[in-house]
Amino acid sequence: MDAFRRTLLKGAGATGAIAAALAAGVLKPSQVLAAEINRAAFEAKDIAGALKGIGASGAAESKDVVIRAPDIAENGAVVPVDVASNIPNTISLAVLVDKNPFPLTSAFDFANGAVPEMALRVKMGQTSLVEVVAKTADGKFYIAKKEVKVTVGGCGG
Amino acid sequence: MADPMKIRAQMKGDTADIRVLMSHAMETGQRKDNAGNTVPAHYIQSITVDVGGKRVLQGQTGPAISRNPVFGFKVKGAKAGDKVVINWVDNKGDKRTDEATIG
Repeated sequence: MDAFRRTLLKGAGATGAIAAALAAGVLKPSQVLAAEINRAAFEAKDIAGALKGIGASGAAESKDVVIRAPDIAENGAVVPVDVASNIPNTISLAVLVDKNPFPLTSAFDFANGAVPEMALRVKMGQTSLVEVVAKTADGKFYIAKKEVKVTVGGCGG
Repeated sequence: MADPMKIRAQMKGDTADIRVLMSHAMETGQRKDNAGNTVPAHYIQSITVDVGGKRVLQGQTGPAISRNPVFGFKVKGAKAGDKVVINWVDNKGDKRTDEATIG
């Protein structure tokens, strides 16, 4: 079972790589940014795959990764999420929504004095955990989770 | 070419508080139009922010970022008068670069 899943994941990764190559072929070199888009992680359809894609499988839960999001979001199309890491040497933050079709929403790398803190607005298909992964300079991952209830249909929760 | 971004950058103590509003449809590729055809995905894929000539933030985003994305972040060690340059590229290769000065 597990082996089968891994094959599937590998297959998905390979398709992603081809798509990436195609996209790169269309773009002029000057348009391509330094960082490659991590397609495997963005195209993963479950949270485990997305975490694996960013290399954060088995991240330790930490209270120093802070998520500020509403307990109840009336409009799932615009859910304000503030994330921050109080862990020293945090170089990267990723925001995931557990039950979205593609859980990974975004990943940010910080450098040159940028504070590991982001405010953003994400879409949520349904009530779900919001998970934030912080990566430190020494390659360790820390995760925090918060449930956000989404009331679709304007019942006002 | 997409509409310009709105960038607000202000010093608060020794930290620059930067907020940016990008104008983008951010189609997920999941939605169907009235005729039942899937609307193709069209979303910002990559964001970079330079302050004072140094790359401070590099982001990868997926279709789950809300329409007309807003991002807020903070940069230590920046000073008033530094130039903030923000760039995004979407999955169709459209891009946009805008700049502002920290006030």
